[in-house]
Amino acid sequence: MSSPLLEVTDLHVRIGGSHILQGVGFTVAKGGVTALLGRNGVGKTTTIKAVMGLVRSTGTITLDGAAIGGARTFAIVRRGVGYVPEDREVFAGLTVGENLRLARLDGADRWDLVFDLFPELKKRLGQQAGTLSGGQQQMVSLARVLLNDHRLLLVDEPTKGLAPKVVGEVADALARAAEIATLVLVEQDLKVVRRLAGDAVVLDHGQVVHTGDAAALLADEELTRRLLGVGMSEGAA
Amino acid sequence: MSTVILLAVTGLALGALYFLIAAGISLAFGLMHVLNFAHGAFLTIGAYAGYLVASGGGDVGTGRFVLMLAAGTLAGALAAVVTELLLIRPLYGNTHAQLLVTVGLSLALVALIEELAGSDARGYHSPGWANATTEIAGSAIRGSRFLAIGVAVLVLAALVVFLRRTRYGLIIRAGVENRSMVTALGIDVRRAFTLVFALGGAAAGLGGVIAGSYFGQVEPRVGTGLFIYALIVIVIGGLGSLTGTAVAAVLVGLLQQFLNYYAAGVGDLSVLALLALVLLARPAGLFRSTAS
Ligand SMILES: Nc1ncnc2c1ncn2[C@@H]1O[C@H](COP(=O)(O)OP(=O)(O)O)[C@@H](O)[C@H]1O
Ligand SMILES: [Mg+2]
Repeated sequence: MSSPLLEVTDLHVRIGGSHILQGVGFTVAKGGVTALLGRNGVGKTTTIKAVMGLVRSTGTITLDGAAIGGARTFAIVRRGVGYVPEDREVFAGLTVGENLRLARLDGADRWDLVFDLFPELKKRLGQQAGTLSGGQQQMVSLARVLLNDHRLLLVDEPTKGLAPKVVGEVADALARAAEIATLVLVEQDLKVVRRLAGDAVVLDHGQVVHTGDAAALLADEELTRRLLGVGMSEGAA
Repeated sequence: MSTVILLAVTGLALGALYFLIAAGISLAFGLMHVLNFAHGAFLTIGAYAGYLVASGGGDVGTGRFVLMLAAGTLAGALAAVVTELLLIRPLYGNTHAQLLVTVGLSLALVALIEELAGSDARGYHSPGWANATTEIAGSAIRGSRFLAIGVAVLVLAALVVFLRRTRYGLIIRAGVENRSMVTALGIDVRRAFTLVFALGGAAAGLGGVIAGSYFGQVEPRVGTGLFIYALIVIVIGGLGSLTGTAVAAVLVGLLQQFLNYYAAGVGDLSVLALLALVLLARPAGLFRSTAS
């Protein structure tokens, strides 16, 4: 078995007085999609931010065997980690084109892929990103990382608040992204999880409470309900 | 009528001086939330650097004056970069400590300059045309006023082009909006910040030579005195907004001149009143905080 692309061991995050992550550990194999699941407020976003160096943490984080814990965020990205944050965080005052040019790092040139996935963006390069719809903003946020040759993409709730049709488009784009990079996907929409994810890691109260095959987890209605609070049958469309 | 023109041009020129200091403070705050209280001292350093280059006395030629402007600009930029690398950067993430250290630096720089150059004002050298007056609608206006306005307009234009057309400008505009997301795109924002600091210091240093020719003299507290008004300007304009800073600088300069003339001495007070009014009505300043 080859070494994992991402390995997180005994990760702790304390913010203010609260102990938010309490020894999170999991591995992400090269290739495919690993779903990071759990109810609201269990620490999924904090875990991703800790890997990105956006919140202070203790524990070890390795990327392809090399420690990245404690490195500065920009340096972690330069090692091949792309980040699609929970609330998209497009630069509202910049145009779509400026958002993309800003994100494009030296040597990267995946404009064809990006415009193939999101033809909508090509038509709106001059539009202020703040005036885009939520779905279009998510496309910008995804396009920003897909432009680059990242090994690992951390994608936090990309379908949150989107119309069903747009959820499908975003899932299509994620499927394509998974062909060229390894994905860690935080996702509440269990249909999207079932479609994309191979492995699943489930958090609860700042700890990993389950790891295993995503399809097997979702097939077990009882387990899914206990861990995630909802079952496959009533998950959002 | 002639008085109005005189007050308007003088007010604009004063606003120009405010802008030359305020632009750097505003951008640095917008990008990194560093409020640099030593920024006024950078202007003073620029003014004295120009003074040193001019030494010889009397009027200087235009060529020599250009050298003075260059020396002031360079000295301001240098002072800013050294400050950023030695004092601001080690305290990264601790904005309160950064603020305090710049307050201390400002006091120390003024004391140092007093020690080196004496605390008395010294006559400042300008080319003949800067001291000569031009008649406009009956009022005699000195060349140094037009110089201040012209230089500030050029600096504003240059900064706008820099922000709009360069990669660093793009990074800065994005960083003012959401700095951590810029780093999460793989960009070292701190490097852009050093550049912002250098550019701001350059503008302040240039402003020092302009202030010298505007006031006809230089003294160790010139920059720190102007700094207070620059601070008011950026709060009114909306911290981090370059356009807001420019508009507010003009507003404050004009208000001060007109009220000081027509309501003997309340000009300075009125600036504070304007500040209070803006803070009450629009706490974020007249302009939204975008580096545009
Ligand atoms: N900056 C913060 N300060 C204090 N508490 C926080 C902060 N960020 C997150 N939390 C808390 O940490 C817990 C985990 O949050 P988060 O990682 O966003 O959960 P999830 O993404 O799984 O919904 C929540 O209880 C949240 O309130
Ligand atoms: Mg979350």
